[in-house]
Amino acid sequence: MLRLIGTRLATSVITLFLAAFFVFFAVQALPGDVAEQLLGQNATEEAVATMREQLGLDANVWVRFAEWLGGAVTGDFGTSLVSGESVSGTLWTAFSHTLLIAVPAIVVGIGLSLVLGVWAGSRRGTSTDSGISIIALVAMSIPEFVVATVLILLLAIIAPIFPAVVLGGPGASLSELLPAIVLPAITLVIAMAAYIIRAMRSSTIDGLATEYATTAELKGLTRRRVLWRHVAPSAILPVLPVISINVAWLLGGVVVVESVFNYPGLGKLMIDSVSTRDLPILQAIAVLSALVYVSVNLIADLLALAADPRQRTLHSSQRRSRSSKEATA
Amino acid sequence: MIRLRDLTVGTRVGLTLVGLTVVIAVLAPWLAPYDPIATDADNALAGSSWSHWLGTDQYGRDVLSRTIEGGRFALLVSLVATTAAVVVGTLIGAIAAYYGRWVDAATTRVLDAVLAVPAVLALLLIVSVFGNSLWVLVLAISVVYVPAVARVVRGATRPVLSTGYVTAARARGERSLPIIRREVLPNILDTILVEFAMRASWVVLLVSTLSFLGFGVNPPTPDWGLMIQENRTALTVAPAGTLAPIVTLSLLVVGLNLAADGLGKYLGVDRARRGVI
Repeated sequence: MLRLIGTRLATSVITLFLAAFFVFFAVQALPGDVAEQLLGQNATEEAVATMREQLGLDANVWVRFAEWLGGAVTGDFGTSLVSGESVSGTLWTAFSHTLLIAVPAIVVGIGLSLVLGVWAGSRRGTSTDSGISIIALVAMSIPEFVVATVLILLLAIIAPIFPAVVLGGPGASLSELLPAIVLPAITLVIAMAAYIIRAMRSSTIDGLATEYATTAELKGLTRRRVLWRHVAPSAILPVLPVISINVAWLLGGVVVVESVFNYPGLGKLMIDSVSTRDLPILQAIAVLSALVYVSVNLIADLLALAADPRQRTLHSSQRRSRSSKEATA
Repeated sequence: MIRLRDLTVGTRVGLTLVGLTVVIAVLAPWLAPYDPIATDADNALAGSSWSHWLGTDQYGRDVLSRTIEGGRFALLVSLVATTAAVVVGTLIGAIAAYYGRWVDAATTRVLDAVLAVPAVLALLLIVSVFGNSLWVLVLAISVVYVPAVARVVRGATRPVLSTGYVTAARARGERSLPIIRREVLPNILDTILVEFAMRASWVVLLVSTLSFLGFGVNPPTPDWGLMIQENRTALTVAPAGTLAPIVTLSLLVVGLNLAADGLGKYLGVDRARRGVI
């Protein structure tokens, strides 16, 4: 058990290191280096050379990678090329703003979609099930920017309840941001819910077909108790990876939603930094997103290990896939 | 082979929606009543009328013509990029699973690391550096989706490798690549097909998202994502300019999703269980 957790931790660290490696060398491979970026096209050769020397770009690329990685581990990502401020400061402000819309969206989204999924699965084939399934299918087919546009039209223009966009920039205070988090959060909930609902529905149907569900029903438990007490908790297990992928996506790439609402979070910072080619910030965003992705997946795996003793042995995956195949048939 | 009679109603609706969109996109230059990029300043933001069924946008361009032509670029990019991503991903996944051991372990780690970097960041950076030509977009989108496809194919290949016919082929002394091509690939074709349909729906969404963010097609070209971006400021004055591309884009993706679901059910690949990756 401990060995399993140890291996899992080690692979996470390796994945993170590889991701940082790719990010650093992909940025190095871009045409034109930071010195040319900073000085513009009209800079003389000597000016660029001096700038390179100042920034330490002359050093061997591996040495610079080691230095950058060393800084990144301690949370120091250098300074922004545009504003000249420290990258980590800008990054944390933006990340905390993103968390402000992402955390409520995650909590509400997961809760709501698990319940809807169990509900649809338990009434398989009825109009409730078809209704929920169709709504989920439509929700996953409509791009986020459309959902955001429609929400703005309905709840900010026709019925002006919430502000349509955030007017304050990155320095906006909490009281300015609070009314503005509702619409972005709803958009995120709609975007992530569909996948979890579908996975949970399918998993609930499998769960209701198992022998322990039949046993529970035969010993005279009510249908409601069988569903929520016996089937639903274990049906969440196979949905965990779906949830973790959605959460990682939500925290890493809320680009579209933040751009529509002009919300000063990580995604907006990403778009702005792409247009200004602020490479240190982009590197830092990429590493932070990779960290979130890896941690969320790690947490999901550890939760699955804690909840399901079968996963602690090596051959569990085979046995599980066979039983689920029988259940779907 | 897939027989049309055996498909569910949903699948048929989905295939019809996709087919219709593709036909309209191909025939668009003959179907569109006006030149989609011809401006008419006197007639800007007009409501619907007999001459302009869906009205005009802020430059007086005919919304119906732009909507009819608006799917061409997205469909072309999606088709080429999805095919590229699925083909390359399948090869990587099948080879990693076949050779196993350190090849598999190394590939898995690398794919995981690429997946950990946010796709949109990579896309935006590639497009902002290398421009937004068709081939750059195709390359960028395939790079983003190859790891995910490879992971799925790797998972589907592993059970096939322990079957009798693969062992028999190995015992006959066949080489690795012919085994992958003749024994493994035909048996994971169902997974690959469903994968293709699923990826296609996400790629369409991704392409239109890029256009919406200003990193896709260049402005005068009609494109649904771009139209929504351009016209949404005039949402209350001339709603058709925003709603028409929303409806067509959503119908296409709903169609793709229905087709992917139906195909998955028909071929016995449960898709809902899998989520995004």
